[in-house]
Amino acid sequence: MKPAPFEYHAPTEVAEAVRLLASYGEDARPLAGGQSLVPLLNLRLARPKAIVDLNRIESLAYHRLEGDVLVVGALCRQRDLERDRSVLERCAAVADAVPLIGHLGIRNRGTVVGSLAHADPAAEWPVLAMLFDAILVAVGPGGRREIPAARFFQGAFSTALDPGELLVEARFPLPPPSAGTAFVEVARRHGDFALGAAAAVVDGDDVRLALGGFDSVPLRVAPDPDAAPAAVHPVDDIHAPAAYRRKLAGALAKRALDLARERAR
Amino acid sequence: MNEVEVTLQVNGEQRSARCEPRVTLADFLRGPLGLTGTHLGCEHGVCGACTVLIDGASARSCLTLAVQAAGHEVTTIEGLGTPENPHPLMRAFSEMHGLQCGFCTPGFIVSAYEYLRDNPRPDREAMRRDLSGNICRCTGYVKIFAAVERAAELMSG
Repeated sequence: MKPAPFEYHAPTEVAEAVRLLASYGEDARPLAGGQSLVPLLNLRLARPKAIVDLNRIESLAYHRLEGDVLVVGALCRQRDLERDRSVLERCAAVADAVPLIGHLGIRNRGTVVGSLAHADPAAEWPVLAMLFDAILVAVGPGGRREIPAARFFQGAFSTALDPGELLVEARFPLPPPSAGTAFVEVARRHGDFALGAAAAVVDGDDVRLALGGFDSVPLRVAPDPDAAPAAVHPVDDIHAPAAYRRKLAGALAKRALDLARERAR
Repeated sequence: MNEVEVTLQVNGEQRSARCEPRVTLADFLRGPLGLTGTHLGCEHGVCGACTVLIDGASARSCLTLAVQAAGHEVTTIEGLGTPENPHPLMRAFSEMHGLQCGFCTPGFIVSAYEYLRDNPRPDREAMRRDLSGNICRCTGYVKIFAAVERAAELMSG
């Protein structure tokens, strides 16, 4: 239950972090909030040669609304958004989702961008990224590139990031304030990873549905609760059988769409 | 061993010690600094027993490296009160039987400290939500919540 030895670097600039990550290739892991990475280190499921700690890079600690786009830097903690009334009031789905992430002590440290980069199939932010067609901004040795969410998530804990590339920002284009949005999930206990989650937008004819926790990646599916069970490919495990999860996909889809419709003005 | 010097504020005092970068804040507090009030349960962020405050915000000290806390301010259970001068939360946990074996208690008290600081008038539902990151296997939580409510009374009166 103790991490294996690693080399530790705490750069203060993005360029230096990228240089370090690139010099180690696949043998280095960036560390932001550490709420997913450090458990993996403690359990020795991850044994990187080097840790590149981003916490001293002050230029990454920001979030802001740029018009209709929620822009989140790599050191923005979940708690920073949870405490920002302007963000919560602007987007109900975000206000629904953030308190469901882990527990308060986890949200004090854990970051939004770290959750996206970790790409846990049951995590909340990847579902919101698919719902809002987020753009993920990476910086690597070759420069800066923007990756659409639909291409970013490639499998469970697997993303389009190349070794040596660092995810520095996520951009969420929010629907207009008149639209209704919602995020719902079912978990065995508060703060646990969800058995399944659904998020919806209702903006006139623009009706969207995203599902998480059912497949190895978050999905954008047709906004039809009756079609949702057939749109997912869940597995049987100790927590629930696949048949239950299919039904859950339909039930959560209905809940999310109903709530978003109710909130639309 | 590539040890590094880690200097941080702990309970208002500047403390320094050497450790490997892989050492968690929890082990750093308990080992070189001798502050064994912070308990380690699961060591992967589930149980909350190792909760401390980092710059005033609760955090699992098993999920933060000691090197990451360098230059920051850490508050442990020892910083909240002593046997001679207990914090109202400590008095209330004792008075209301908010503990049995006591293993989870330091983490609960640190989390409850943050909760009452931000919510001086506790609400049972909100308290259940905000303290959900701490696990107790003895009490069934009812007496813990009663203790936090009692502490709020002691602190306001």
